[in-house]
Amino acid sequence: MRLKEICHSRTGDKGDISNVSLIPWDEKDYAMLKEKITAEVVKEYFSDICHGEVIRYEVDGICALNFVMHEALGGGVLRSLAMDKHGKAISSALLEMEIPV
Amino acid sequence: MKKVRIGGGAGYAGDRIDPAIELIKHGNLDYVIFECLAERTIGLAKQEMLKDSSKGYSRLLEYRMSQVLKIAKEKHVKIISNMGAVNPKGAVAKIMEIAKEQGLSGIKFAYVSGDDVYDRVEEHYEDDIFEFSGKVKDYKERIVSANAYIGAAGIIEALRNGADVIITGRVSDPTLTVAPLCYEYGWNIEENPVEMGQCVLAGHLIECGGQVTGGYYADPGYKSVEHLENLGFPIVEFDESGHFTISKVEGTGGLVSVDTCKEQMLYEIHNPNAYMTPDAIADFSQVKFTQVDTNVVSAWGATSHGLPPTLKVNVCYKDSFITDCEISYGGRNALERAKLSGEIFLKRIDLLGIDYTERRVDYIGYNSLYGDKIGRALAGDGIGEVRLHVAVRTNDRENAVRVSNEGDAIYTNGPTGGGGATMKISEIINVFSYFIETSDIQVKVDYEVI
Repeated sequence: MRLKEICHSRTGDKGDISNVSLIPWDEKDYAMLKEKITAEVVKEYFSDICHGEVIRYEVDGICALNFVMHEALGGGVLRSLAMDKHGKAISSALLEMEIPV
Repeated sequence: MKKVRIGGGAGYAGDRIDPAIELIKHGNLDYVIFECLAERTIGLAKQEMLKDSSKGYSRLLEYRMSQVLKIAKEKHVKIISNMGAVNPKGAVAKIMEIAKEQGLSGIKFAYVSGDDVYDRVEEHYEDDIFEFSGKVKDYKERIVSANAYIGAAGIIEALRNGADVIITGRVSDPTLTVAPLCYEYGWNIEENPVEMGQCVLAGHLIECGGQVTGGYYADPGYKSVEHLENLGFPIVEFDESGHFTISKVEGTGGLVSVDTCKEQMLYEIHNPNAYMTPDAIADFSQVKFTQVDTNVVSAWGATSHGLPPTLKVNVCYKDSFITDCEISYGGRNALERAKLSGEIFLKRIDLLGIDYTERRVDYIGYNSLYGDKIGRALAGDGIGEVRLHVAVRTNDRENAVRVSNEGDAIYTNGPTGGGGATMKISEIINVFSYFIETSDIQVKVDYEVI
């Protein structure tokens, strides 16, 4: 199953740091996501673009995960050579991740 | 119970104007805020002011104010905006000019200053840069502007003195919302940690305009949003218990749902337990959103944990030049031809001895967003068209022009069937931060009346 079937997501940017949320449509899926979508899983998935640490915050109030990816925006939003300098499209890639059911 | 209604009139400097007009006319607002100052905008404004001392405010100030000032006056809606950039005084002078042209009178303007610390950067030369390795002094010849993210005090003072239009330079984005709420309810960080957390949450949710009301959300087949061509901007309605709702003007397009609010709450947030602003260290970890009506969502559960020990200073400096060149290839073997073209391009740069500091080659439609690994997985059996993108960083314009010429020449000197070549040179203003003591900032408020 792809994450897109059960979650939505939005990406934000600050300097060279990208943060990507992962929000289940059904809050009942939150516990499963917490177990399966670890910081390590996300770091490995984005190994081509994220060259630093990935920190995962659990946001229990709204039942969502927030991945903070360091060194992920080509040196920073304002000086990156990338097409998508803000990394706005990163959320769409996270939702393409396949998870075992 | 005393209600206060604040509209988020813009998500960024160039945002649509008609949703703001709709908000002021039909939103039953007490305040409208315009958050229009991105990180590097202030550096660009400073460069403008150096050329013309009457400039240095948001480029769209005139456009925006000429359309909202009159109706805001008629509807008794106060305007709060950071469109002053590096010249809030000049911005107010311009707005007064517009007011006079429109025959308006009985308006009190305030401009808030004190955020500009450019003259005192030298005192921090030995400080480490927050975002990357290096010291402030390493950039001393290239620094264009330095402004502290200040908090609500100046705006609150202006409101106490009866200002109708308040123009600031750099303030923290949520402050534009936090300030009027603190003024209306008398809340402060010592006595009202929960209310202050709620204020910062509200400010954070509406500072990006339509991003909480269904903009930046739609995905056909997954997430549907009606009438984005007429997207309504957000209204936050507080009551004195600190509860608030997010809604929009009835009849406008868009969507306010628990899920649009969740997405926007985490937008540009790192640690949700400690979101640093000059008005409060906000804690969003226990927030709950509830759909209370169609397009009306209530928020509760935010709190705060005191004030940060220091203020962040946003420094803009002249960084480099980037030349972007693109050309498209189609049909069978398109990717291979784009790759050949990219190789030729890089060899030409080496052959000509163009002085560059960084370069990158992308194949748009294949790997430009996510790199090779994810790109390959998503591309599947093949791609029918691809666009080569070569970006090169140089320290000067002369070398940037040489790169650009090579981008043009790849048309007739490269692989077969390339089309739609474009070249663009950009001068890059970048930003970094350091921190200063809050007591080092003296906020000042001045007034004009028409």
